[in-house]
This record gives sequence, C-alpha cells and structure tokens, in this order.
Amino acid sequence: METPVRNKDLQIAQDTVTPVSPESKPDISISLDDERDSDKQTFGDIRATDPVITVRDCNVYYGDTHALKNIDLDIGRSEVVALIGPSGCGKSTFLRCLNRMNDTIESARVSGQFSLDGEDIYARDADVVLLRSRIGMVFQKPNPFPKSIYENVAYGPRIHGLAASRAEMDDIVYGSLERAGLLDEVRDRLDDRGTGLSGGQQQRLCIARTIAVNPEVILMDEPCSALDPLATAKVEDLIEELSHNYAIAIVTHSMHQAARVSRRTAYFHLGRLIEVDATDKIFTNPGHRLTEDYVTGRFG
Amino acid sequence: MPHDVKNSEGTRPSTPGVIPFDESRRRVEAGLARRYRQERRFRLVGLGAVILGLSFLAFLFVTIVGNGYGAFWQTYIKLDITFDAAVIDPDGGRKPADLSSANYGRLIRNALLDIFPDANNRKDRRALKALVSTGAAFDLRGRVMADPGLIGSTRPIWLLADDKIDMLFKGQIDRSVERESGRLKGRQLAWVDKLIASGRMEKHFNTRFFTAGDSREPELAGIWGATKGSFFMLLVTILLAFPMGVAAAIYLEEFAPRNRWIDIIEININNLAAVPSIIFGLLGLAVFINYMGLPRSTPLVGGLVLTLMTLPVIIIAGRAALKSVPPSVRAAALGIGASRVQMIMHHVLPLAMPGMLTGAIIGMARALGESAPLLMIGMIAFIVEVPGTPLDPSTALPVQIFLWADSPERAFVERTSAAIMVLLMFLLLMNVTAVWLRNRFERRW
Repeated sequence: METPVRNKDLQIAQDTVTPVSPESKPDISISLDDERDSDKQTFGDIRATDPVITVRDCNVYYGDTHALKNIDLDIGRSEVVALIGPSGCGKSTFLRCLNRMNDTIESARVSGQFSLDGEDIYARDADVVLLRSRIGMVFQKPNPFPKSIYENVAYGPRIHGLAASRAEMDDIVYGSLERAGLLDEVRDRLDDRGTGLSGGQQQRLCIARTIAVNPEVILMDEPCSALDPLATAKVEDLIEELSHNYAIAIVTHSMHQAARVSRRTAYFHLGRLIEVDATDKIFTNPGHRLTEDYVTGRFG
Repeated sequence: MPHDVKNSEGTRPSTPGVIPFDESRRRVEAGLARRYRQERRFRLVGLGAVILGLSFLAFLFVTIVGNGYGAFWQTYIKLDITFDAAVIDPDGGRKPADLSSANYGRLIRNALLDIFPDANNRKDRRALKALVSTGAAFDLRGRVMADPGLIGSTRPIWLLADDKIDMLFKGQIDRSVERESGRLKGRQLAWVDKLIASGRMEKHFNTRFFTAGDSREPELAGIWGATKGSFFMLLVTILLAFPMGVAAAIYLEEFAPRNRWIDIIEININNLAAVPSIIFGLLGLAVFINYMGLPRSTPLVGGLVLTLMTLPVIIIAGRAALKSVPPSVRAAALGIGASRVQMIMHHVLPLAMPGMLTGAIIGMARALGESAPLLMIGMIAFIVEVPGTPLDPSTALPVQIFLWADSPERAFVERTSAAIMVLLMFLLLMNVTAVWLRNRFERRW
C-alpha cells in the first residue's frame, strides 16, 4: 500500500473540523452501516467558493444495495477535486451521477439534488444530451472511437453543431489536440485510426475529444490507471493545465496522484463522504480517523 | 510437519485426511498412464469424427460430380443442310413471316436422307428424323432469320442430337440391352455407328444448359429459367428481410424495455428460426395468394415467403452482433453527448454490421436451397419461359432439381446432378463470401 506524503505523527485538529461530538472518535472496527449521528457528518468543508456543481443529499441504489449514502459536495469552477477512497466505496458511482451516466445502468436509482450552474440536472424536462455537452467524461480505459484521429475529435462538435464550416471544424480539432498536448505527435497522421495510438496517446485523444465540445466540467474516472508512468506524468501535467479553464473532478486510486494534481480532496468510504478538505490538509492532518487510516496506509 | 512420522498404514496419525507426499506422488504417477491413454483415445475419436464427416462429404461430391459431369457436354450431328429456297421461301420475297413459318424439318430430313438413302419406308424415315432433336429445326430457323443470305446455299451445320442418341454416344445406354428391348429402333444403332465412323458426331460444350429454360426434351432443357427465378427471389428476400431484420434487432437490443412481453417476443423469434419451412409455404399460400391475391408461382411471392423464413435468422444474428459491441464504445459516445439514436447509428451499427451481414448471407444461403415452401406457393409448375421480372411465373433451382429428378428420361439423370452442382457452387460462393466478410471486418476496434 502506498505511503503517505508526511510522517505518521498526526494530530487531530479540533478547531477546524465540525464533528457533532468530538470525543466519540469513530472506530474502524464499527461498520458504517450503523446509523449513528456521529458517523453521518462529513468532516471538513463540502462547500466550495463559486461552485459550478452542487450536490445535496445524493443517494444511489443498485437494486437493493445502497451504494451512496447522503452525499453533499460542491465542485468549484476552476479547481481540481480528487475523489479518493478504497475500492468499492462509491466514488466512480458518484462521478457518474454528475453526467447522468448512471441512467444507462438498469438497476441504478439516483436521488438527491444535483445542479449545474443552478439548474437541476435531474429535472423531468432536463436534456441529457445538453448536459453531457457541458460535463465531459474521460474513462479509465482509453476508448477512442474506431475512426480516424480527426473524426474522433470532430464527432462531438459535429453532432452539437459547434462548427459552421470545415475551416471552423479544423480550428476546433487542431486547437483541442494542441491543448491536449497531442498535436505535435499526430499532426501528420490525422487520418490514421485513433485506436492505433499508444495507451497514453489514446487517453490524451480522449481528453482532446472531451474538450473539443467546450464543456464546463470534466469528469475523469481513474484516467491514468491503465497508463505507464511516463504517459501518466504527461496526462497529469495536462490536467494541471486544463484546471485553469475547466472544473475537474478526478477519481483516483493513487494518493500520490491526488496529492500532485488536486486542490481539494474528498475521501469516500463505503458509500459515505467522510471528509472533504484542502489536499494538503487531508494528507498531512486529516480530521477523521478513517481518513487518517486510509492516507497512512493502515487501510485500503 | 515431519515426514518420517508414520504409523503402519503410512499415514500421519495426528492429521487425518492428509496424504503423505510420497504416497500422493505414487498415486499420481500410477494414474498418469491411464490419463494419457484416455487423452489419446479422445483425440483419435475426434480425428475419426472429422475423417468420417469429410468422407461423407467427399462421397457426396464424387457421386454428384461423377453423375453430372457428362451433362456439360452435348452431342451434335454434322449435317450438310441445303437451304433450299423452294422449301423455305417459295415466293422468293424473303418476307420474315414466310421465313419463320417455313418447314425447316424438311431440310433436316433431306440432309439425313442424303447420308442414308436406303431409308425409304415411312417407319425408317421417322426413325431417321428421330436421330436429331426436335429443337434443331428451330435452330435452323434462327440462323436463316438472322442471315437470309443462307438461302440457296449448302452448309455443314452441327445440329443438336436427340437425347437418346446423346445417351448412346456418352455410353450411358447398354447397347446389348438396347438392341433387344430399347426404345431405339433397330436401324438407329447402325446409323449412329456410321455417323460416328464418318466423324459426323461430336460432343460440344453444352451452353444451352446455361441459357435455356426448362423443357420436356432433355437436350433442350436448361437451368437459366430456374436460376433467374432463384435470383429474383433472393433479391426480393434480401431487400425486405435485411432492413426489417436489422431494424428489429436494433429495437429489441437497444430500445425495448426488459419485461415479460419482450421475453415472450424473444422466445417466439428464436422458435420461428426452427419452424419447418413448409409451414411458411402454407402461410404464403393462405395470406399472399389467397387473401392478398398476389400472382401464383412468381418469385415475388416466393421472396415474401423466404423473407418470413429468413427474418428470425437475421434478427438473431443481428442481436448477437449488437451485443458484441463493447460497452466502452457506447459509453464514449454517450459521454460526448450523443443521443441514443446517434450512438447506435454512428457507432454501434457500423461495428455490428459485419456480423449482421454474415448472418444475413448465411440466412440467404439457407433460403436459396429451400424447396418445400416454394412447392406450396406454386413454384413447382413446369414453366418454359425465362422470367423477365419478379412478377413472371418461374421456378427455382432446388425445385427444378426436384422436377428433373422425377422425370423418366434417362438424360435427365445427369442433368439433375449437373443442376445440383450449380446450386452447390452458388451456396459455396455465398458461404465463402460470408467467411471472407467476417474475417475482413473482424476486430476493427
């Protein structure tokens, strides 16, 4: 298991967190399915300055399984939020709620208030296609379309009608590839198949494809887990650059990655949001015992 | 745990159920020989099954080709035909109406009498005329209509021999039996021998087999009518069944809700793929011919019946092809903001198309070889004219084979096998195309 950024001498900072009863430190041996008030409160600050997405009281069921329990979270406009936690804790599920990809899963039931720039995402008359043009997604395993590189990037703008002419489309495609850091590598082979690129290039192609439709938020579900370290480093640099213009929520298994790229980090555990705070604080001075156990490697 | 602590049975008394290492190794080694023997036997059985299957196939091919090979050659008799103007064109006006109704049979008879002048009674003359096919007169007429300049000249013309002479020349008729009780009249054998000796009887390639329609006379019969009928039928089938099947597969796979009704539909479609084909023929008779009043014996109705038969196959293959498209492609398309229909049309369908095409071609190949449903809707009739449109009455290749197999003439035996060879070749071609398509487009992602 990975070692944390700082040493193991940690102090519970009583003044910055707001638990209901500070003396009842939650024990790791108790399952969080016990409905205890002290367990329900999220440590840290779920709010963000200038949020682009706000989530309140999110609950997700897969059939009878209660996968996400009462999640509240904000995602700020120009920040990178890392969602960390052990396997099966619900972070990918939460991410998929934000662009309604859980709609494609038959057994999933989502409840709660989700708003993008103040508009309800799950309203009855909400347009899912429009939503997904404003919230883009990059998946764990790179999945470029089996078309040419140009077509991969051009498909989104084409179906959304973003380009009025071939020249405009060229601008969009070249610009997206440039911002994804891929243009130099593929400039002379834009008609080659997207699936013929290396893993890291494919993932950057997927990122280029996502930013070509000019979203406000980019969701990334473990984008580097299938890539080698060099490609990972390139993608992480890219994320850092993109964070100036887009809000990014990134699910990651690697705490190192979370520490490297994000400004805020949210720790999920068995379907609950345990703690949300500035990344530095989560890794050096976590408030909740479970967060501490996870970042120090005692658990997960 | 110590290995050497054993009691008299060789087991460790303190840990029941645990076999000591050397004992377990001994047991494994003892069983190895038997296991390898079983494996060898199993492989031999598999090999034997393959060899048996292949030998049946080889037997089938050898028999059919052996029987049908002769049909591709046809016996012709060379006669010196004098295009006597007195017979053909007595008025001398060379009017087409006169030329077409002239008695060309007389020209043939005259030419034969020139070679065999001693055939002077009526019975002999009739036997002499029977050496040549009844269609030979029409051949001559065709030549004269095309080139009236032939009138007045004498040319050596290769004329089609009668089917019994054809069989004799090919050695299919036992001469000793024929002499006693055959249908060849006594002197015909001698005449044939004389023609052969003087080089006037030869076998030419039987192009008529491929260009003519059906006929009662074997030497005039061809499969072109049946082939065109089959072709029109398959055309109607593929134009109707493929779009419907693909659309149904897309709906059932992508849009239909997962409930009891859809399960019932799915079960019924799977069952329909196994329904005996003659039932579709009955359905076609009842609905298309009786109720809708469509013309009987036409490739249109045949195509409609085969559409019903092929549709379940295409739907099942289509659903399998759609299911095989990886969910990552769908997720990528949806994630970028494509609507459901856009995702299916732009991404899923192109990837599933090779599988659908393969299923369609295999369904077509099955439809090509079907005869039972066509019997019900009347495509079994004896139709001589080659169909010009799908609305003309016609027959189909498998039905033609069935009809010829039933015919009494000896010459139809080899023609039946030849028609089977042609049908098998088409089926082989279609299946090879299906395999080629599948290999070419596989794993494009």
